[in-house]
Amino acid sequence: MTREDDSELRDTALEATELDRRLTATWATPPGLWGALSTVDHKIIGRRYITTAVVFLALGGLLSLLMRLQLAQPEARFIGPDRYNQIFSIHGTNMMFLFAVPVMQAMAVYLVPLMVGTRSIAFPRLNAFSYWMYLAGGLLLWIAFMLDAGPDVGWFAYVPLSGPEYAAGKRADIWAQMITFTEVSALAVAVEIVVTVFKQRAPGMSLDRIPLFVWSMLVTSFLVILAMPAIMIASTALILDRLVETHFFNPAEGGDVLLWQHLFWFFGHPEVYIIFLPAVGMVSTIVATFTRRPVFGYLGMVMALISTGVLALGLWVHHMFVAGLPRLGESFFTASSMAIAIPAGLQIFCWLATIWAGRPIFKTPFLFVIGFMVIFVIGGLTGVMVASVPFDTQVHDTYFVVAHFHYVLVGGAVFPLLGAIYYWFPKFTGRMMSETLGRWVFGLIFAGFNLTFFPMHILGLRGMPRRIYTYQPEMPWSGLNMLISLSAIILAVGFLLFFIDAIRSGRSGAPAPSNPWGASTLEWATSSPPPPYNFARTPVVGSLEPLSDNPDMLPVAAGLRVDCRELLVTSVVEAIPEAREPSSGDSIWPLWAALATTATLIWSIFTPWAVVWGSIPVAIALIGWFWPKGTSEDDS
Amino acid sequence: MLIEGTGFALSIVVYLYLMSLAPSWPLNAAPPDLLAGTSLTALLVASLVPNLFLARWARNQNLLKVRVGLIVMSLLGIAPLILRAFEFPAMHIKWDQNAYGSIVWVMLGLHTTHILTDLIETLVLTCLMFSRHGDNGRRFGDVSDNAMYWNFVVVTWLPMYACLYWVPRL
Repeated sequence: MTREDDSELRDTALEATELDRRLTATWATPPGLWGALSTVDHKIIGRRYITTAVVFLALGGLLSLLMRLQLAQPEARFIGPDRYNQIFSIHGTNMMFLFAVPVMQAMAVYLVPLMVGTRSIAFPRLNAFSYWMYLAGGLLLWIAFMLDAGPDVGWFAYVPLSGPEYAAGKRADIWAQMITFTEVSALAVAVEIVVTVFKQRAPGMSLDRIPLFVWSMLVTSFLVILAMPAIMIASTALILDRLVETHFFNPAEGGDVLLWQHLFWFFGHPEVYIIFLPAVGMVSTIVATFTRRPVFGYLGMVMALISTGVLALGLWVHHMFVAGLPRLGESFFTASSMAIAIPAGLQIFCWLATIWAGRPIFKTPFLFVIGFMVIFVIGGLTGVMVASVPFDTQVHDTYFVVAHFHYVLVGGAVFPLLGAIYYWFPKFTGRMMSETLGRWVFGLIFAGFNLTFFPMHILGLRGMPRRIYTYQPEMPWSGLNMLISLSAIILAVGFLLFFIDAIRSGRSGAPAPSNPWGASTLEWATSSPPPPYNFARTPVVGSLEPLSDNPDMLPVAAGLRVDCRELLVTSVVEAIPEAREPSSGDSIWPLWAALATTATLIWSIFTPWAVVWGSIPVAIALIGWFWPKGTSEDDS
Repeated sequence: MLIEGTGFALSIVVYLYLMSLAPSWPLNAAPPDLLAGTSLTALLVASLVPNLFLARWARNQNLLKVRVGLIVMSLLGIAPLILRAFEFPAMHIKWDQNAYGSIVWVMLGLHTTHILTDLIETLVLTCLMFSRHGDNGRRFGDVSDNAMYWNFVVVTWLPMYACLYWVPRL
């Protein structure tokens, strides 16, 4: 930090305007297509990620409207059984793998570096690569669907239904390979987040001063790292069974179908928390800002996040209660499934205490938080119900479960996400979203959601199974189904209004100041939208709420180079400055690497030799990526 | 490495899970021959010695010694691949015969991929250290990272070796 070197230009030597000019020259993404394809700016990539994920949300929503159209009346003829199977499989796969997980990670890609006060994300080129992989995986799924080759085996692709015997053609392979794409990108982002949080925090941001959203993303990233390899092993084994006749899931040759369920749910249950924990962080952030006080019980909140993360890895069997497992195992997993309600409940009470003690301001983001609490508590209660084996046996594979997980996932993740988009939109775009439209959006989505999904509990108790493309008029289900389909229109109108508001505000919304909500975390200490280099000088943090201590002045650290991309590395626990570290510049190689990997993965659906021949271009692209180009970032 | 470590651990779990279901293990096959696998294990463990020296030279930024070390480690990356080629037939089963064959081949394949990846990285670094980009702090950092990765490849093999060769003999 203090070492003087005449040949390197440092920020200490410059005035504010000159500093801005030089830092922009170093960090800005060049204009034009080439610049756009080779950028590694975490804010540009984060915005792309969020936009792409929201497009997939809209597409997945359209599929659900098609399903509601088909189910509105008994014996409807709009969609045949084969198409219906593809639609519900792609709806689930799309919402889980292409929307929910990526959108949460995308918010982190944009926000975490700003919230910890650094200039860029760790491994910025890996970040670019992860976006291209994600996009390719999404396109693979949707293009396959357009070609009538969409997966039709459910979002969890249970064997033997998805195995070589019962799933002819390439539909199940497309599902399995799409998993590989999204897992590669999710794992990459998880690694970036962990390193950014551990090593790039602003000086003084010790572990007990990390914003709760950043904590939640840290725990989530560890969950991704520990849980996602299971699904990669599972989907690889499935592809091998289908392509080169291995026998992992073939009982006739010593394989086992339940092995698939174990591997899938060892990933699949943590997946729920991979989606839910970031939402928890968003809620904490919004609650703190709109009640004008720090969240009650910071330490308890962090412990709740960590214990949820640990417990999440020990509940997977509750998805398999009807698979005939040993009684003791079922009891253990019932207990652990109920135990996870404790940290969740603790957090709810901490938020309530915060609101109780604060002065709540009911702006749109806060409305979504209230909606989240109501809906998520209902979803949590039905969750405790299905944790009990006898009850689960009754409602398994009925609409009761459909209602339960939509309450948990939409209530627990989409509501906080919409609140978070209203909250951080000014930072992303430099413009405010409409408060009037925002209230309409909230009202329509809240009412539409409850009217659509609450009756599904009753349908389930009346015995309507999931994943059926039609039903007979004698069944006592038609009235509720019509009600649900009509309510789905209200929900859809709410989302449509949200998209209109976002597009319109992005173009012509009121200009946003740097800190429109009077929030206290570091992302609001820079302009809206932030400059390419995030902060002109690295902030120094002295408390959990750096902007509240002294709103007009923020202490900063200086000494970073301005003529090349450089950021400050700090220690894990205390965030004491350790070194100056170069940050990689723009590069087209991540795109080439992603294209080579994409070609290999898709080709390998058809022949195992693709892995051999495809690895050559992948290796070339990776060598090109890492070979030093003689820039100062490469050599210092 | 945490990601891959989880992957290796899961492959062992799958192996043990399939074994727990099987009436006899290995399924319709003799236990694997020990020669190829054991010599490979010995070779991998022995390769840790030059590898640790290489890591130390990279820390001291000794270009000449690092170059020599990288050439040695490149050779020590190729040699296990030759032995590995004899390990697959030593299993006495093919991947498409039964679930035992499937998991054995996948475990060997998974580990082979890691030897191969590290070998390619070592070869690229060797070229790099002989180029004008070599004498640089960041390159030495890359070399010690690569040495660390080789340690990981060797250490993860030990439980897999025990599982593949000795568990069927229990």
